[in-house]
Amino acid sequence: MADGAAMFEVVKPGLSTTVQDLGRPGFYHLGLPISGAMDRFALIAANRLVGNPDGAAGLEAVFLGPSLKFAADAVVAVTGATMAPKLDGVEQPGWTAFAVSAGQELSFGTLKGGARIYIAIAGGIDVPEIKGSRSTYALGGLGGFEGRALQAGDQVKFAAASGSAKLGVTVPEELRRIPPASGTVLRTMPGLYWHRITEDSQGSFFEDTWKVAPEADRIGYRFKGGKSLDFVPREPPFGAGSDPSNIVDSCYPYGSIQVPGGTEPIVLHRDAVSGGGYFMVGTVISADMDLIGQLQPHQPVRFQSIDMEGALAARREEQSRLGRLAEFLGG
Amino acid sequence: MTKTTIEAPIPGTFYRAPSPQEPVFKNEGDAVAIGDTVGLIEVMKSFTPVVAEAAGTLVAFHVENEEPVMAGQPLYDLEG
Repeated sequence: MADGAAMFEVVKPGLSTTVQDLGRPGFYHLGLPISGAMDRFALIAANRLVGNPDGAAGLEAVFLGPSLKFAADAVVAVTGATMAPKLDGVEQPGWTAFAVSAGQELSFGTLKGGARIYIAIAGGIDVPEIKGSRSTYALGGLGGFEGRALQAGDQVKFAAASGSAKLGVTVPEELRRIPPASGTVLRTMPGLYWHRITEDSQGSFFEDTWKVAPEADRIGYRFKGGKSLDFVPREPPFGAGSDPSNIVDSCYPYGSIQVPGGTEPIVLHRDAVSGGGYFMVGTVISADMDLIGQLQPHQPVRFQSIDMEGALAARREEQSRLGRLAEFLGG
Repeated sequence: MTKTTIEAPIPGTFYRAPSPQEPVFKNEGDAVAIGDTVGLIEVMKSFTPVVAEAAGTLVAFHVENEEPVMAGQPLYDLEG
């Protein structure tokens, strides 16, 4: 590794550490999902702390942090999940910008809450832009660092800092949003193929407590533990499979909840597949998508019914949280 | 002899054997060397080995085979 070059070397990659920005909108109709940070607020906060534009590329690491050796001085901020950053073994505060000197190693303590950390480096990760984004879409082998999660030995460049970092400034806890281990509510608009399940199942879907399945990933978050859904009897329409949860192939919105076989709901997330033949009971509202990205396996969740007006109000509230963050950081 | 409790590094489902047909990686009472695999944790459709970072005698498991585990939850006790 060349001393002084604006790069870091991956000593340990963590479980799945990927380059992410705010995503690659505009190609979902071709099957290419938006990708980008699962918890967008956390990435934006990390970027603002180090003086980057909101959409600069950072790292997303899930459950287990990486170890990164810096070849040059840098300013770094770590947000999202509660997982203490360490510099040469010395603990640093989370949600705070701190300076890293050339030769130092950034590593992490164990996960205490949430699921995903965001590591922003002043200047942003310097990988090629693909279709307007540096986000990794690992399933498609596209974007980010060579289209994949980081591996030991990778040398990753970062660009020259453009803005002014807020060194030592900490984002207040009331602006952060990490789901408590005790339980989380995901606000959901019933719809799409809601009519396919019985009235009893429409009730139990919202009443039951579901738990995050260990399979949950960037493509979709799977839940289990609630009652199986019963379907309204029908003759399968032409083109639909014979299972009552099948439909004639349709588009899958981000946040849509499909329930294959009526047993385990799957909420599609940033690396979603864009269409298929499973019915959907509704859609988790955009304001609660970040929260899903911070859920650990086995954490309890309830879906709560909300109407369009409520969903729009929740979206405005999320936007105002970004506004309050900007105000706190002085614009 | 000091007893240390080793915590699960990641959340998921804990397995004590590489597959249901194979013997467990470690029994209670077995010696553990640094680098030994003690179990597997399945999360996001992949299996991650739980590798010992300290040596000693494995005196007790806190999580049964195929049980859910949260990050930071006590996994096993090591004496040494």
